[in-house]
Amino acid sequence: MKIKQSIRYDSERSSQFTKEVVSRPGGEMIQACIQCGTCSGVCPLSNYMDRTPRQIIYLAREGFGDEVLHSRTIWMCTSCYACSVECPRGIKITDAMYALKRMAIERGTYPRRFPIPVLARTFFAMVRRNGRTNESQLAAILFLKTNWLQLLNNARLGLDLIRTGRFSMFKWERIEGRAELNAILSDDGKPE
Amino acid sequence: MQYVYYPGCSLKGTGRAYEESVLAVFDKLGIQLAELEDWNCCGATAYMSVDEHRSFALAARNLALAERQAPDTAMVVPCSGCYLTLNKTCHIVKDYPEIAQEVKTALDRAGLEWKNRVEVRHPLDILVQDLGLDTIRQAVVRPLKGLKVAPYYGCQIVRPYSTFDHQIYPTSMDHLLEALGATVMHYPLKTKCCGGSMTGTVPEVGKRLSYILLNEAKKREADLMATVCPLCQFNLDAYARDAAHAYGPVNMPVVYFTQLMGLAFGLSAKQVGLQRNIVSAMGSLKKFCSTGAAGAAATAK
Repeated sequence: MKIKQSIRYDSERSSQFTKEVVSRPGGEMIQACIQCGTCSGVCPLSNYMDRTPRQIIYLAREGFGDEVLHSRTIWMCTSCYACSVECPRGIKITDAMYALKRMAIERGTYPRRFPIPVLARTFFAMVRRNGRTNESQLAAILFLKTNWLQLLNNARLGLDLIRTGRFSMFKWERIEGRAELNAILSDDGKPE
Repeated sequence: MQYVYYPGCSLKGTGRAYEESVLAVFDKLGIQLAELEDWNCCGATAYMSVDEHRSFALAARNLALAERQAPDTAMVVPCSGCYLTLNKTCHIVKDYPEIAQEVKTALDRAGLEWKNRVEVRHPLDILVQDLGLDTIRQAVVRPLKGLKVAPYYGCQIVRPYSTFDHQIYPTSMDHLLEALGATVMHYPLKTKCCGGSMTGTVPEVGKRLSYILLNEAKKREADLMATVCPLCQFNLDAYARDAAHAYGPVNMPVVYFTQLMGLAFGLSAKQVGLQRNIVSAMGSLKKFCSTGAAGAAATAK
Protein backbone atom coordinates (compact mmCIF):
# COMPACT_ATOMS: atom_id res chain seq x y z
CA MET A 1 0.00 0.00 0.00
CA LYS A 2 1.27 3.40 -0.94
CA ILE A 3 0.76 5.93 1.82
CA LYS A 4 0.37 9.48 0.74
CA GLN A 5 1.19 12.30 3.06
CA SER A 6 -1.66 14.76 3.23
CA ILE A 7 -0.38 17.26 5.76
CA ARG A 8 2.54 19.50 4.91
CA TYR A 9 5.32 20.52 7.26
CA ASP A 10 6.68 23.99 7.69
CA SER A 11 10.10 22.70 6.68
CA GLU A 12 8.80 21.92 3.20
CA ARG A 13 8.03 25.56 2.52
CA SER A 14 10.37 27.74 0.56
CA SER A 15 10.11 31.45 1.10
CA GLN A 16 12.48 31.79 -1.84
CA PHE A 17 9.80 30.33 -4.10
CA THR A 18 7.20 32.78 -2.85
CA LYS A 19 9.61 35.66 -3.40
CA GLU A 20 10.26 34.52 -6.94
CA VAL A 21 6.55 34.30 -7.79
CA VAL A 22 5.90 37.72 -6.28
CA SER A 23 8.76 39.23 -8.27
CA ARG A 24 7.21 38.26 -11.60
CA PRO A 25 4.54 40.27 -13.46
CA GLY A 26 1.15 39.05 -12.24
CA GLY A 27 2.55 37.46 -9.11
CA GLU A 28 2.99 40.61 -7.07
CA MET A 29 -0.55 40.70 -5.70
CA ILE A 30 -0.96 37.09 -4.56
CA GLN A 31 -0.35 38.08 -0.94
CA ALA A 32 -3.59 40.08 -1.12
CA CYS A 33 -5.70 36.98 -1.88
CA ILE A 34 -8.60 36.48 0.55
CA GLN A 35 -9.22 32.88 -0.60
CA CYS A 36 -12.81 33.61 -1.59
CA GLY A 37 -12.74 31.10 -4.43
CA THR A 38 -14.27 33.36 -7.08
CA CYS A 39 -11.46 32.38 -9.46
CA SER A 40 -12.24 28.68 -9.06
CA GLY A 41 -15.95 29.33 -9.45
CA VAL A 42 -15.67 31.22 -12.74
CA CYS A 43 -12.86 29.12 -14.22
CA PRO A 44 -14.28 27.00 -17.08
CA LEU A 45 -11.44 24.52 -16.62
CA SER A 46 -11.38 24.14 -12.85
CA ASN A 47 -13.28 20.85 -12.92
CA TYR A 48 -10.48 19.35 -15.03
CA MET A 49 -7.72 20.55 -12.72
CA ASP A 50 -6.05 18.57 -9.94
CA ARG A 51 -6.08 21.72 -7.81
CA THR A 52 -8.33 24.72 -8.19
CA PRO A 53 -6.84 28.12 -9.00
CA ARG A 54 -7.60 29.25 -5.43
CA GLN A 55 -5.52 26.38 -4.05
CA ILE A 56 -2.65 27.16 -6.41
CA ILE A 57 -2.57 30.79 -5.24
CA TYR A 58 -2.58 29.60 -1.62
CA LEU A 59 0.17 27.01 -2.13
CA ALA A 60 2.28 29.47 -4.12
CA ARG A 61 2.19 32.17 -1.53
CA GLU A 62 2.87 29.73 1.29
CA GLY A 63 5.95 28.52 -0.57
CA PHE A 64 4.97 24.98 -1.57
CA GLY A 65 6.76 25.29 -4.87
CA ASP A 66 7.05 21.61 -5.66
CA GLU A 67 3.33 21.03 -5.50
CA VAL A 68 2.56 24.11 -7.53
CA LEU A 69 5.04 23.39 -10.29
CA HIS A 70 4.05 19.74 -10.57
CA SER A 71 0.36 20.51 -10.74
CA ARG A 72 -1.61 20.05 -13.97
CA THR A 73 -3.57 23.17 -13.09
CA ILE A 74 -1.07 25.69 -14.39
CA TRP A 75 -1.14 23.94 -17.77
CA MET A 76 -4.93 23.68 -17.91
CA CYS A 77 -5.28 27.46 -17.86
CA THR A 78 -6.33 28.54 -21.37
CA SER A 79 -5.90 32.22 -20.45
CA CYS A 80 -9.54 33.26 -20.87
CA TYR A 81 -8.98 35.87 -18.13
CA ALA A 82 -12.37 35.24 -16.46
CA CYS A 83 -10.69 34.98 -13.03
CA SER A 84 -8.61 38.11 -13.59
CA VAL A 85 -11.62 40.32 -14.29
CA GLU A 86 -13.75 38.81 -11.51
CA CYS A 87 -11.16 38.76 -8.71
CA PRO A 88 -12.36 41.15 -5.98
CA ARG A 89 -8.74 41.82 -4.99
CA GLY A 90 -7.61 42.66 -8.49
CA ILE A 91 -5.09 39.83 -8.70
CA LYS A 92 -3.96 39.13 -12.24
CA ILE A 93 -4.41 35.41 -11.83
CA THR A 94 -3.93 34.55 -15.52
CA ASP A 95 -0.60 36.35 -15.52
CA ALA A 96 0.36 34.55 -12.32
CA MET A 97 -0.39 31.25 -14.09
CA TYR A 98 1.88 32.33 -16.96
CA ALA A 99 4.63 33.08 -14.46
CA LEU A 100 4.22 29.61 -12.94
CA LYS A 101 4.25 27.95 -16.40
CA ARG A 102 7.51 29.67 -17.21
CA MET A 103 9.00 28.64 -13.87
CA ALA A 104 7.97 25.03 -14.57
CA ILE A 105 9.51 25.12 -18.06
CA GLU A 106 12.73 26.67 -16.68
CA ARG A 107 12.98 23.94 -14.04
CA GLY A 108 11.75 21.14 -16.32
CA THR A 109 9.07 20.05 -13.86
CA TYR A 110 6.39 19.11 -16.39
CA PRO A 111 5.65 15.53 -17.46
CA ARG A 112 7.57 14.35 -20.52
CA ARG A 113 5.60 14.46 -23.74
CA PHE A 114 2.82 16.39 -22.02
CA PRO A 115 1.40 18.22 -25.06
CA ILE A 116 0.78 21.69 -23.63
CA PRO A 117 4.37 22.68 -22.79
CA VAL A 118 5.55 20.84 -25.90
CA LEU A 119 3.20 22.99 -28.01
CA ALA A 120 4.48 26.14 -26.28
CA ARG A 121 8.11 25.27 -27.00
CA THR A 122 7.45 24.16 -30.59
CA PHE A 123 5.56 27.40 -31.22
CA PHE A 124 8.43 29.39 -29.71
CA ALA A 125 11.01 27.68 -31.94
CA MET A 126 8.93 28.15 -35.09
CA VAL A 127 8.44 31.87 -34.49
CA ARG A 128 12.10 32.24 -33.68
CA ARG A 129 13.00 30.68 -37.04
CA ASN A 130 10.39 32.11 -39.39
CA GLY A 131 8.78 35.06 -37.61
CA ARG A 132 5.38 33.47 -38.14
CA THR A 133 3.62 30.23 -37.36
CA ASN A 134 2.07 27.73 -39.69
CA GLU A 135 -0.85 26.12 -37.87
CA SER A 136 -0.90 22.89 -39.88
CA GLN A 137 2.82 22.29 -39.44
CA LEU A 138 2.56 23.20 -35.77
CA ALA A 139 -0.15 20.60 -35.19
CA ALA A 140 1.77 17.93 -37.12
CA ILE A 141 4.98 18.51 -35.16
CA LEU A 142 3.06 18.51 -31.89
CA PHE A 143 1.45 15.14 -32.67
CA LEU A 144 4.78 13.64 -33.76
CA LYS A 145 6.47 14.77 -30.57
CA THR A 146 3.73 13.67 -28.18
CA ASN A 147 1.46 11.01 -29.61
CA TRP A 148 1.79 10.19 -33.29
CA LEU A 149 -1.52 8.31 -33.22
CA GLN A 150 -3.12 11.73 -33.05
CA LEU A 151 -1.95 12.25 -36.65
CA LEU A 152 -4.15 9.33 -37.70
CA ASN A 153 -7.03 10.48 -35.52
CA ASN A 154 -6.92 13.87 -37.20
CA ALA A 155 -6.56 12.61 -40.77
CA ARG A 156 -10.21 13.31 -41.53
CA LEU A 157 -9.87 16.81 -40.15
CA GLY A 158 -6.89 17.30 -42.45
CA LEU A 159 -9.01 16.24 -45.43
CA ASP A 160 -11.77 18.65 -44.36
CA LEU A 161 -9.26 21.48 -44.25
CA ILE A 162 -7.89 20.59 -47.69
CA ARG A 163 -11.43 20.44 -49.11
CA THR A 164 -12.25 23.90 -47.73
CA GLY A 165 -8.94 25.47 -48.71
CA ARG A 166 -7.80 26.03 -45.13
CA PHE A 167 -4.88 23.60 -45.06
CA SER A 168 -1.51 25.32 -45.05
CA MET A 169 0.98 22.51 -44.47
CA PHE A 170 2.98 23.30 -47.59
CA LYS A 171 2.72 27.05 -47.50
CA TRP A 172 5.98 28.74 -46.65
CA GLU A 173 5.28 31.42 -44.04
CA ARG A 174 8.38 33.51 -43.43
CA ILE A 175 8.99 37.17 -42.84
CA GLU A 176 11.54 39.25 -44.75
CA GLY A 177 12.98 40.92 -41.69
CA ARG A 178 14.39 37.81 -40.06
CA ALA A 179 17.73 39.49 -39.28
CA GLU A 180 15.82 42.33 -37.66
CA LEU A 181 13.74 39.85 -35.67
CA ASN A 182 16.86 37.98 -34.63
CA ALA A 183 18.38 41.22 -33.34
CA ILE A 184 15.22 41.86 -31.32
CA LEU A 185 15.02 38.39 -29.82
CA SER A 186 18.67 37.66 -29.08
CA ASP A 187 20.02 38.58 -25.66
CA ASP A 188 23.21 40.31 -26.67
CA GLY A 189 22.22 41.53 -30.09
CA LYS A 190 24.40 38.99 -31.85
CA PRO A 191 22.73 36.40 -34.05
CA GLU A 192 22.71 32.99 -32.43
CA MET B 1 -11.53 56.29 -42.65
CA GLN B 2 -8.37 54.25 -42.96
CA TYR B 3 -6.55 51.79 -40.78
CA VAL B 4 -3.51 49.58 -40.73
CA TYR B 5 -4.55 45.93 -40.94
CA TYR B 6 -2.77 43.22 -38.94
CA PRO B 7 -3.98 39.77 -40.09
CA GLY B 8 -1.96 37.41 -37.87
CA CYS B 9 -1.10 33.80 -38.70
CA SER B 10 -4.62 32.31 -38.42
CA LEU B 11 -6.21 34.65 -40.94
CA LYS B 12 -3.70 33.47 -43.53
CA GLY B 13 -4.37 29.81 -42.71
CA THR B 14 -7.37 28.14 -41.12
CA GLY B 15 -9.15 31.48 -40.69
CA ARG B 16 -8.95 32.57 -44.33
CA ALA B 17 -12.70 33.11 -44.53
CA TYR B 18 -12.38 35.69 -41.77
CA GLU B 19 -9.80 37.67 -43.74
CA GLU B 20 -11.86 37.40 -46.92
CA SER B 21 -15.03 38.63 -45.23
CA VAL B 22 -13.34 41.41 -43.22
CA LEU B 23 -11.68 42.81 -46.34
CA ALA B 24 -14.87 42.53 -48.40
CA VAL B 25 -17.05 44.17 -45.76
CA PHE B 26 -14.65 47.03 -45.00
CA ASP B 27 -14.27 47.64 -48.71
CA LYS B 28 -18.03 47.73 -49.14
CA LEU B 29 -18.28 50.30 -46.35
CA GLY B 30 -15.56 52.45 -47.91
CA ILE B 31 -13.05 51.93 -45.09
CA GLN B 32 -9.49 51.49 -46.29
CA LEU B 33 -7.30 48.80 -44.80
CA ALA B 34 -3.58 48.64 -45.58
CA GLU B 35 -1.93 45.40 -44.51
CA LEU B 36 1.01 45.88 -42.15
CA GLU B 37 4.11 45.17 -44.21
CA ASP B 38 6.24 42.23 -43.08
CA TRP B 39 4.26 41.71 -39.87
CA ASN B 40 5.40 38.91 -37.57
CA CYS B 41 3.64 36.56 -35.13
CA CYS B 42 2.06 38.52 -32.28
CA GLY B 43 3.62 36.28 -29.63
CA ALA B 44 0.33 34.72 -28.59
CA THR B 45 -0.29 32.67 -25.50
CA ALA B 46 2.12 29.86 -26.34
CA TYR B 47 5.09 32.17 -26.73
CA MET B 48 4.24 33.91 -23.49
CA SER B 49 4.51 30.66 -21.55
CA VAL B 50 8.11 30.25 -22.61
CA ASP B 51 9.62 33.73 -22.54
CA GLU B 52 7.47 36.64 -21.51
CA HIS B 53 9.90 39.46 -22.12
CA ARG B 54 10.72 38.28 -25.60
CA SER B 55 7.03 37.89 -26.35
CA PHE B 56 6.55 41.59 -25.61
CA ALA B 57 9.51 42.49 -27.82
CA LEU B 58 8.06 40.31 -30.57
CA ALA B 59 4.69 42.07 -30.35
CA ALA B 60 6.41 45.44 -30.16
CA ARG B 61 8.06 44.97 -33.55
CA ASN B 62 4.60 44.97 -35.13
CA LEU B 63 3.59 48.07 -33.21
CA ALA B 64 6.80 49.85 -34.25
CA LEU B 65 6.27 48.86 -37.90
CA ALA B 66 2.69 50.15 -37.75
CA GLU B 67 3.81 53.55 -36.43
CA ARG B 68 6.41 53.76 -39.18
CA GLN B 69 4.03 52.70 -41.96
CA ALA B 70 1.17 55.05 -41.04
CA PRO B 71 1.75 57.40 -38.11
CA ASP B 72 -1.29 58.18 -35.95
CA THR B 73 -3.42 55.52 -37.62
CA ALA B 74 -5.09 52.82 -35.54
CA MET B 75 -4.36 49.18 -36.28
CA VAL B 76 -7.25 46.76 -36.90
CA VAL B 77 -6.70 43.29 -35.47
CA PRO B 78 -9.49 40.74 -36.15
CA CYS B 79 -7.95 37.76 -34.31
CA SER B 80 -8.80 37.86 -30.61
CA GLY B 81 -5.48 36.28 -29.62
CA CYS B 82 -3.44 38.86 -31.54
CA TYR B 83 -5.72 41.65 -30.35
CA LEU B 84 -5.14 40.68 -26.72
CA THR B 85 -1.39 40.15 -27.06
CA LEU B 86 -0.74 43.42 -28.87
CA ASN B 87 -2.95 45.34 -26.43
CA LYS B 88 -1.33 43.63 -23.48
CA THR B 89 2.10 44.72 -24.68
CA CYS B 90 0.93 48.35 -24.80
CA HIS B 91 -0.34 48.08 -21.21
CA ILE B 92 2.56 46.12 -19.74
CA VAL B 93 5.21 48.60 -20.88
CA LYS B 94 3.21 51.36 -19.20
CA ASP B 95 2.91 49.41 -15.93
CA TYR B 96 6.41 47.91 -15.77
CA PRO B 97 9.22 50.39 -16.53
CA GLU B 98 11.89 47.68 -16.46
CA ILE B 99 10.05 45.67 -19.15
CA ALA B 100 9.59 48.86 -21.15
CA GLN B 101 13.35 49.40 -21.01
CA GLU B 102 14.03 45.83 -22.17
CA VAL B 103 11.61 46.16 -25.07
CA LYS B 104 13.18 49.47 -26.04
CA THR B 105 16.70 47.98 -25.95
CA ALA B 106 15.54 45.06 -28.10
CA LEU B 107 13.95 47.35 -30.68
CA ASP B 108 17.00 49.64 -30.66
CA ARG B 109 19.13 46.70 -31.73
CA ALA B 110 16.97 46.42 -34.84
CA GLY B 111 16.86 50.16 -35.42
CA LEU B 112 13.15 50.37 -34.68
CA GLU B 113 11.30 52.88 -32.57
CA TRP B 114 7.94 52.46 -30.89
CA LYS B 115 6.36 55.41 -29.10
CA ASN B 116 3.36 53.43 -27.81
CA ARG B 117 1.00 55.68 -29.72
CA VAL B 118 -0.62 53.28 -32.17
CA GLU B 119 -4.05 52.12 -31.02
CA VAL B 120 -4.91 48.43 -31.30
CA ARG B 121 -8.57 48.00 -32.25
CA HIS B 122 -10.90 45.15 -33.06
CA PRO B 123 -13.05 45.38 -36.23
CA LEU B 124 -16.20 44.95 -34.12
CA ASP B 125 -15.21 47.98 -32.05
CA ILE B 126 -14.52 50.05 -35.17
CA LEU B 127 -17.75 49.05 -36.92
CA VAL B 128 -19.98 49.71 -33.93
CA GLN B 129 -18.22 52.71 -32.34
CA ASP B 130 -16.54 54.59 -35.21
CA LEU B 131 -18.85 53.79 -38.10
CA GLY B 132 -22.07 53.39 -36.13
CA LEU B 133 -25.11 51.19 -36.45
CA ASP B 134 -27.03 53.69 -38.56
CA THR B 135 -24.44 53.57 -41.33
CA ILE B 136 -24.45 49.79 -41.17
CA ARG B 137 -28.25 49.70 -41.33
CA GLN B 138 -28.15 51.88 -44.44
CA ALA B 139 -25.75 49.48 -46.17
CA VAL B 140 -28.10 46.52 -45.74
CA VAL B 141 -29.72 45.48 -49.00
CA ARG B 142 -30.80 42.02 -47.93
CA PRO B 143 -31.97 41.97 -44.30
CA LEU B 144 -31.31 38.69 -42.50
CA LYS B 145 -34.96 38.44 -41.57
CA GLY B 146 -35.87 35.41 -39.49
CA LEU B 147 -32.29 34.23 -39.06
CA LYS B 148 -31.77 33.15 -35.46
CA VAL B 149 -28.20 33.83 -34.39
CA ALA B 150 -26.44 32.90 -31.13
CA PRO B 151 -23.81 35.62 -30.58
CA TYR B 152 -20.57 34.08 -29.34
CA TYR B 153 -17.73 36.47 -28.49
CA GLY B 154 -15.20 34.15 -26.92
CA CYS B 155 -12.96 35.35 -24.13
CA GLN B 156 -10.02 37.40 -25.32
CA ILE B 157 -11.86 40.05 -27.29
CA VAL B 158 -13.39 41.54 -24.15
CA ARG B 159 -10.88 40.53 -21.48
CA PRO B 160 -8.89 41.88 -19.81
CA TYR B 161 -7.70 45.07 -21.54
CA SER B 162 -10.34 46.04 -24.06
CA THR B 163 -12.72 48.75 -22.98
CA PHE B 164 -15.31 48.87 -25.74
CA ASP B 165 -17.71 46.35 -24.24
CA HIS B 166 -18.66 44.49 -21.06
CA GLN B 167 -16.14 41.87 -19.94
CA ILE B 168 -18.63 39.10 -19.14
CA TYR B 169 -21.77 39.91 -21.09
CA PRO B 170 -20.87 42.05 -24.11
CA THR B 171 -23.61 43.28 -26.45
CA SER B 172 -21.98 45.17 -29.33
CA MET B 173 -22.20 42.25 -31.77
CA ASP B 174 -25.83 41.66 -30.68
CA HIS B 175 -26.72 45.21 -31.75
CA LEU B 176 -24.76 44.87 -34.97
CA LEU B 177 -26.54 41.63 -35.90
CA GLU B 178 -29.90 43.20 -35.10
CA ALA B 179 -28.98 46.09 -37.42
CA LEU B 180 -28.57 43.46 -40.15
CA GLY B 181 -32.12 42.31 -39.49
CA ALA B 182 -31.26 39.06 -37.71
CA THR B 183 -32.95 37.74 -34.58
CA VAL B 184 -30.35 37.62 -31.81
CA MET B 185 -30.79 34.91 -29.20
CA HIS B 186 -30.08 35.24 -25.52
CA TYR B 187 -26.87 33.24 -25.25
CA PRO B 188 -25.50 33.22 -21.70
CA LEU B 189 -22.25 31.46 -22.63
CA LYS B 190 -21.17 34.27 -24.93
CA THR B 191 -17.74 34.71 -23.29
CA LYS B 192 -17.15 31.19 -21.99
CA CYS B 193 -13.95 29.48 -23.17
CA CYS B 194 -14.13 27.43 -26.40
CA GLY B 195 -11.23 25.24 -25.30
CA GLY B 196 -8.49 27.29 -26.96
CA SER B 197 -5.53 25.20 -28.06
CA MET B 198 -6.76 22.45 -25.73
CA THR B 199 -8.62 20.78 -28.64
CA GLY B 200 -5.19 19.82 -29.96
CA THR B 201 -3.31 19.26 -26.71
CA VAL B 202 -5.88 17.71 -24.34
CA PRO B 203 -8.66 16.76 -26.78
CA GLU B 204 -10.99 15.17 -24.23
CA VAL B 205 -11.21 18.51 -22.42
CA GLY B 206 -11.07 20.82 -25.45
CA LYS B 207 -13.82 19.03 -27.34
CA ARG B 208 -16.01 18.93 -24.26
CA LEU B 209 -15.77 22.71 -23.90
CA SER B 210 -16.59 23.19 -27.58
CA TYR B 211 -19.52 20.81 -27.32
CA ILE B 212 -21.02 22.70 -24.37
CA LEU B 213 -21.13 25.87 -26.49
CA LEU B 214 -22.60 24.18 -29.57
CA ASN B 215 -25.19 22.34 -27.55
CA GLU B 216 -26.28 25.48 -25.73
CA ALA B 217 -26.93 27.17 -29.08
CA LYS B 218 -28.85 24.09 -30.22
CA LYS B 219 -30.99 24.05 -27.07
CA ARG B 220 -31.88 27.67 -27.71
CA GLU B 221 -32.85 26.74 -31.28
CA ALA B 222 -30.40 29.04 -32.99
CA ASP B 223 -29.89 28.56 -36.75
CA LEU B 224 -26.21 29.26 -36.36
CA MET B 225 -23.58 30.86 -34.15
CA ALA B 226 -21.70 34.04 -35.03
CA THR B 227 -18.18 34.56 -33.74
CA VAL B 228 -15.37 37.12 -33.83
CA CYS B 229 -12.35 34.86 -33.32
CA PRO B 230 -10.55 32.47 -35.71
CA LEU B 231 -9.65 29.97 -32.98
CA CYS B 232 -13.24 29.82 -31.69
CA GLN B 233 -14.51 29.31 -35.23
CA PHE B 234 -11.94 26.60 -35.88
CA ASN B 235 -12.67 24.70 -32.68
CA LEU B 236 -16.44 24.89 -33.04
CA ASP B 237 -16.42 24.07 -36.75
CA ALA B 238 -13.54 21.64 -37.29
CA TYR B 239 -14.02 19.59 -34.11
CA ALA B 240 -17.81 19.56 -34.24
CA ARG B 241 -17.93 16.06 -35.69
CA ASP B 242 -15.62 14.63 -33.01
CA ALA B 243 -17.50 16.48 -30.28
CA ALA B 244 -20.84 15.16 -31.56
CA HIS B 245 -19.40 11.66 -31.78
CA ALA B 246 -18.25 11.82 -28.16
CA TYR B 247 -21.09 13.69 -26.48
CA GLY B 248 -24.22 13.60 -28.61
CA PRO B 249 -25.61 14.83 -31.92
CA VAL B 250 -25.28 18.51 -32.60
CA ASN B 251 -25.25 20.25 -35.97
CA MET B 252 -24.55 23.90 -35.42
CA PRO B 253 -22.81 25.96 -38.13
CA VAL B 254 -20.46 28.67 -36.85
CA VAL B 255 -19.70 31.70 -39.02
CA TYR B 256 -17.84 34.97 -38.62
CA PHE B 257 -19.97 38.04 -37.92
CA THR B 258 -18.35 39.68 -40.95
CA GLN B 259 -19.67 36.88 -43.19
CA LEU B 260 -23.22 37.69 -42.10
CA MET B 261 -22.55 41.39 -42.69
CA GLY B 262 -21.31 40.62 -46.20
CA LEU B 263 -24.44 38.66 -47.09
CA ALA B 264 -26.68 41.42 -45.75
CA PHE B 265 -24.72 43.93 -47.85
CA GLY B 266 -25.46 41.89 -50.96
CA LEU B 267 -22.14 40.08 -51.35
CA SER B 268 -22.13 36.48 -52.54
CA ALA B 269 -21.46 33.45 -50.35
CA LYS B 270 -18.12 32.98 -52.07
CA GLN B 271 -17.05 36.58 -51.61
CA VAL B 272 -17.33 36.13 -47.85
CA GLY B 273 -15.77 32.65 -47.82
CA LEU B 274 -18.81 30.63 -46.73
CA GLN B 275 -17.60 27.66 -48.78
CA ARG B 276 -14.79 27.27 -46.23
CA ASN B 277 -17.12 26.10 -43.48
CA ILE B 278 -16.74 22.43 -42.59
CA VAL B 279 -20.21 22.35 -41.03
CA SER B 280 -22.06 24.08 -43.84
CA ALA B 281 -24.13 27.12 -42.96
CA MET B 282 -25.87 27.19 -46.34
CA GLY B 283 -28.98 25.45 -45.00
CA SER B 284 -30.12 28.58 -43.20
CA LEU B 285 -28.18 31.14 -45.26
CA LYS B 286 -29.10 30.07 -48.77
CA LYS B 287 -32.07 32.39 -48.95
CA PHE B 288 -29.85 35.39 -48.16
CA CYS B 289 -27.20 34.62 -50.75
CA SER B 290 -26.89 37.11 -53.54
CA THR B 291 -27.76 35.92 -57.00
CA GLY B 292 -27.00 39.31 -58.54
CA ALA B 293 -24.34 40.10 -61.12
CA ALA B 294 -21.61 40.60 -58.53
CA GLY B 295 -22.38 37.27 -56.95
CA ALA B 296 -22.50 35.41 -60.24
CA ALA B 297 -19.20 36.95 -61.36
CA ALA B 298 -17.52 35.90 -58.14
CA THR B 299 -18.88 32.38 -58.42
CA ALA B 300 -17.67 32.11 -62.03
CA LYS B 301 -14.21 33.21 -60.95
